[in-house]
Amino acid sequence: MFAAAIIVFRESLEAALIISILAAATRGMSKRSRWLIGGVLAGLAGAGLVAVSMEFISNLASGVGQEIFNAAVLTLAVGMLAWHNIWMSVHGREMAAQAQNAARAVKDGSKALSVIFLVVALAVLREGSETVLFLYGAATGSEDGLRTTLAGGAAGLAAGALVGGLLYAGLLRIPLKWFFTITGVLVLLLAASMGSQVARFLVQADWLPSLGAPLWDTSEILSQSSAVGTLLHGLVGYDAQPAGMQLLFYVLVLVLITAGMVWSKRRTSSTGRLAVAR
Amino acid sequence: MKRLLSVTLLSLAALSSVAAEGEITLVIENHTFSPKEVKVPAGKKFKLLVVNKDASPAEFESKPLSREKLIPAKSTATILLGPLKPGRYAFVEEYHETQAGAQGTIVVE
Repeated sequence: MFAAAIIVFRESLEAALIISILAAATRGMSKRSRWLIGGVLAGLAGAGLVAVSMEFISNLASGVGQEIFNAAVLTLAVGMLAWHNIWMSVHGREMAAQAQNAARAVKDGSKALSVIFLVVALAVLREGSETVLFLYGAATGSEDGLRTTLAGGAAGLAAGALVGGLLYAGLLRIPLKWFFTITGVLVLLLAASMGSQVARFLVQADWLPSLGAPLWDTSEILSQSSAVGTLLHGLVGYDAQPAGMQLLFYVLVLVLITAGMVWSKRRTSSTGRLAVAR
Repeated sequence: MKRLLSVTLLSLAALSSVAAEGEITLVIENHTFSPKEVKVPAGKKFKLLVVNKDASPAEFESKPLSREKLIPAKSTATILLGPLKPGRYAFVEEYHETQAGAQGTIVVE
């Protein structure tokens, strides 16, 4: 039961952190919770589907199907987060000024929310499929039994959701003036962290060279399986033994999204749309 | 064209023979690895085949090797590794990582 709780906690924590950051980042958008809950439900359905087809997925791409599948899911999520952040760099100010009722903002807002829906669904799908397989295995493995395994799993899930809830509550205390800047930075780091994981999977699949494996080893100082290490991994992509390629992807995602944000902000300012909102 | 084809086939054959040479098999049965310790040469790429004979899924995990792989019930996973520096690299079957049998080591010499 304890093992089940820990494993489910580990998997659900990462998804919970992503969901709470995105929930905060979309604060003030209408019908937001419907999109978020929809994303979780779609992700759970997807997780079940992936778990059932795991054998098929594993055998794709001459045995590295899992790695390629994970890399593809994460790449899609990075793309969505990039779009979201670039959109917010233009509209965040309007939203902070409570101007989100303008017809255009509402229309664009639902576009932004469908992006969030996808990211939440992908996060839940990725973390959830492993959990589903584990719970299935533990429940049928009969050494622990169905009921204790499910109880442990539920406790782990509750703990993961609790940490996510705490993060969300903490984020809401940030003054509105800084709010969207800070959530923007968090989403940016989330995207970079996912980018680093894409690199990790592609190195695992031997599709990319590792460029130093590991580049450094801080597992003695801050182990990735410790509580702080796990949190930092989920929030900013901390890796105790990263490959050089991971760092390269991390920095690349940071630079590309930041450049996109600056560029689109400048473009909108020069057309004068933002000048009105200011 | 024909020559190109035969060269390609030859190099493919060469590749696969190298792969077969560098293959190491681990078996998971009753959530226990056997062997629990494998030796591999340093500085070479190799393929680790993990055969899960149990009726439940397993997850091969190694933080020092940066590998994490789900192995569905009654199936074999291919894990590509190396080139590695000499040393000891620990791995676990994550779903039973607290049990001694689910822990193993790759020794690179």
